[in-house]
Amino acid sequence: MIEVKDLHFSYPTGLEALKGINLTVEDGEFLAIMGQNGAGKTTLVKHFNGLLKPTTGEVLVNGTSTQQISVAKLARNVGFVFQNPDHQLFSESVEDEIVFALKNFGFEGETIKKQVDWALNLLDIEQYRKTSPFMLSGGERKRVALASILAWDPQVIVMDEPTIGQDHQQKEKLQQFIIQLNAQKKTVVVVTHDVEFVAECNPHVILMSQGKILVSGKAEKVLTNPQLVAQASIVPPQITQIFLRLADLGLPTDVIDVHEATKILLEHLRRRK
Amino acid sequence: MAIIETKDLTYTYPGATTPSIQDVSVTINKGDFVILTGPSGCGKTTLCRTFNGLVPHFYNGTLEGEITVSGLKVADHKIHELARHVGLVFQNPENQLFALSVEKDVAFGLENSAMPRDEMRKRVDWALQMAGISELSERPPHELSGGQQQRVAIASVLSMQPDIMVLDEPTSFLDPVGAEKIFKVINELNKKLGITIILVEHRLDLAAKYANKVIVMNEGTVALTGTPREIFTSEKARLIGVGIPKATKLYQHLKRQGVTLKTVPVTTEETANLLLEMLNHD
Amino acid sequence: MSVFEGFKFRKVSSVIHNLDPRVKFFFVCILFVMAIMFNQFLALVVLFFIPLPFVFMARVNRQWLRSLRGAALLAVFIFATNFIFGYFYPSSSIPHVDGAIDTSMEYFALFERAAAMTLRFVVLIASFSVFFLTTSPDHLGLALQQSHVPYEFCFAFTTAVRFVPVLADEAQTIMDAQKARGLELESGNFIKRVRNYIPILIPLIVNAIRRSLELAEAMESRAWGASDKRTNLYKLNLKRADITMVLITVLMLIIALYIWLFIPVPSLTSLLFT
Repeated sequence: MIEVKDLHFSYPTGLEALKGINLTVEDGEFLAIMGQNGAGKTTLVKHFNGLLKPTTGEVLVNGTSTQQISVAKLARNVGFVFQNPDHQLFSESVEDEIVFALKNFGFEGETIKKQVDWALNLLDIEQYRKTSPFMLSGGERKRVALASILAWDPQVIVMDEPTIGQDHQQKEKLQQFIIQLNAQKKTVVVVTHDVEFVAECNPHVILMSQGKILVSGKAEKVLTNPQLVAQASIVPPQITQIFLRLADLGLPTDVIDVHEATKILLEHLRRRK
Repeated sequence: MAIIETKDLTYTYPGATTPSIQDVSVTINKGDFVILTGPSGCGKTTLCRTFNGLVPHFYNGTLEGEITVSGLKVADHKIHELARHVGLVFQNPENQLFALSVEKDVAFGLENSAMPRDEMRKRVDWALQMAGISELSERPPHELSGGQQQRVAIASVLSMQPDIMVLDEPTSFLDPVGAEKIFKVINELNKKLGITIILVEHRLDLAAKYANKVIVMNEGTVALTGTPREIFTSEKARLIGVGIPKATKLYQHLKRQGVTLKTVPVTTEETANLLLEMLNHD
Repeated sequence: MSVFEGFKFRKVSSVIHNLDPRVKFFFVCILFVMAIMFNQFLALVVLFFIPLPFVFMARVNRQWLRSLRGAALLAVFIFATNFIFGYFYPSSSIPHVDGAIDTSMEYFALFERAAAMTLRFVVLIASFSVFFLTTSPDHLGLALQQSHVPYEFCFAFTTAVRFVPVLADEAQTIMDAQKARGLELESGNFIKRVRNYIPILIPLIVNAIRRSLELAEAMESRAWGASDKRTNLYKLNLKRADITMVLITVLMLIIALYIWLFIPVPSLTSLLFT
């Protein structure tokens, strides 16, 4: 469990990036943090594994303040997948890339082998085991980076803008993968401004703007509120945009999913006949 | 009138065993707003590079087939000659701005072409204004937001007054509001100045409404060409993995349940209007 | 690395900022020459005060002070070495009897000499810092270009300056990414610590190469090399303020030469002890 209590954070340049954040991420929760670039989303999640420490206030991971623990220790529980896989890949082979973190966390011999096999399998990159990560395509490199973090099986997985630069099919795969992880009781935190992606997963959503949390709630409640969404400089999902236009017909406006939208429209037509 | 025409264009990067694009034949007309899409690695970026001669002049490798851009045969003209007709804007704004002030970056291409200073000043100011960033002219580009940087990149290409502008996923690092602003600027260049636009994009939901033509590539070849309406309802496009906008998807779902709207909508406005019309009519 | 703080340019406008960089560079060089000409403490004190009005006119006092503070450690080191060397190997410039330093006057003379050497260093830092604080790298590149330095070199210079903050950010991100995978930079013996940096250096280099390729592509796409006679959006013209500044500098140099040749500068020791 991650608890954030009245967190303020200023960069050494004096820029105040977070202005009093209060937030609890429960075990097994699926949370999306949204808002425009520069709203403080990444700054906030960098506190979860201690990469940044609060200027004032505190962040507790499983009850212990991050002030007292090193990043290496916190990272054992909180895996952080960076936006650009090229910021971490350095090994000669995909396998070595995954072994790197396992060794850092003190895994040994058979366990390392077992975890590597498991992670390669999980992300469907078994065939690249001996390949250099630099020879792979962008989408594959992203999967290697993800595997290298899931390998040590952290309880919480934070992903910074996972959909950037991904094509439609890659996004769909990623979405299924995240839902699957969450179903296995993993806590998943996704930082993103990809509204359609969030609309399809329907997680708990936090909207941020200028270092503050605007609102926190289920995606279908938060993303369908045009005022709040505008304040966070994002746009409502397409389905919501359509239903906001149909509000005068007495239809609900908190719809984000195309299947549900179809059902509501059919129901409406039937009732009118 | 065709402004870009390729015929059986095939290109292999040096050291590669298979071609990145194969037998590509496309015609793009003057004033078109084309969206070029397809899965990662399908050859979109390579095709864009042939438009201003980066392929083959910068990358070497072997180019077969024919390509003519603004009446110039790409194989016979240097990149800087083609650059006067074709402007390229890349995905990462950070790696295409070199100067320490915005206006200096916008002037870069003109300086290279040895334009006299007075004329250059006019062109720079005009390009900044078209991109809506006049007030940023003296700022250092690296202090700007991603969206602003991308508009600087557009202005720096626009200042050369090209006939064609090619933008390779210009919004992938931007938030929706920043992306929308970029699309609006591009659309104005297309509609007001008549610049032919080729936009590489995955997020069709945001860009579809501006385009009159979509080219879908897959595994190095052109798989489909058509209007957004045609592409979004094509079963083949779905199988290739083109992201159909939700506004069109809703239409398809309803159709499957026996409810058919009058036309195929591409934008949320269209879907909403069609639904309103139908529901008010009954 | 706070000494570098004093060399970071911030965009402000003032008389000093608007001076032609070539003129400012001339001024700094002359100050440099004068600091070498004189080794007397009192003369160097006067030299130290010369850049002060420019600092205030340019309103960069805070950054300027920070650069001096950054240089403090090095200054202490210079003072200590001069003092110690002067003690063990007294030279003719420090009065001493019987080859050793024992009287208070001799100690004071030694002190004065070490202080003078330190002050010389401080004068250099102080004047160069004013130059860099008030000269945009863009203008500097332009000055180089108009001084007939080849354009490729000037371009390389401004581009390097442009990408320093970008690369610094990138290095930080890579470090964060590897720390998030359990890398502990500060652990182990010396060899291990050096090895710890491999996971940071490799991505940094790979990304730098990728970035330069993208930059080259963007440059080519914007007609790089289209003409031999490249033009420039800006042009440096000597304005009245620049000419005034050149005159002030030349006058300074003449006065300094006159003093150097004809007026012996007294030492503080001789003033106090005789």
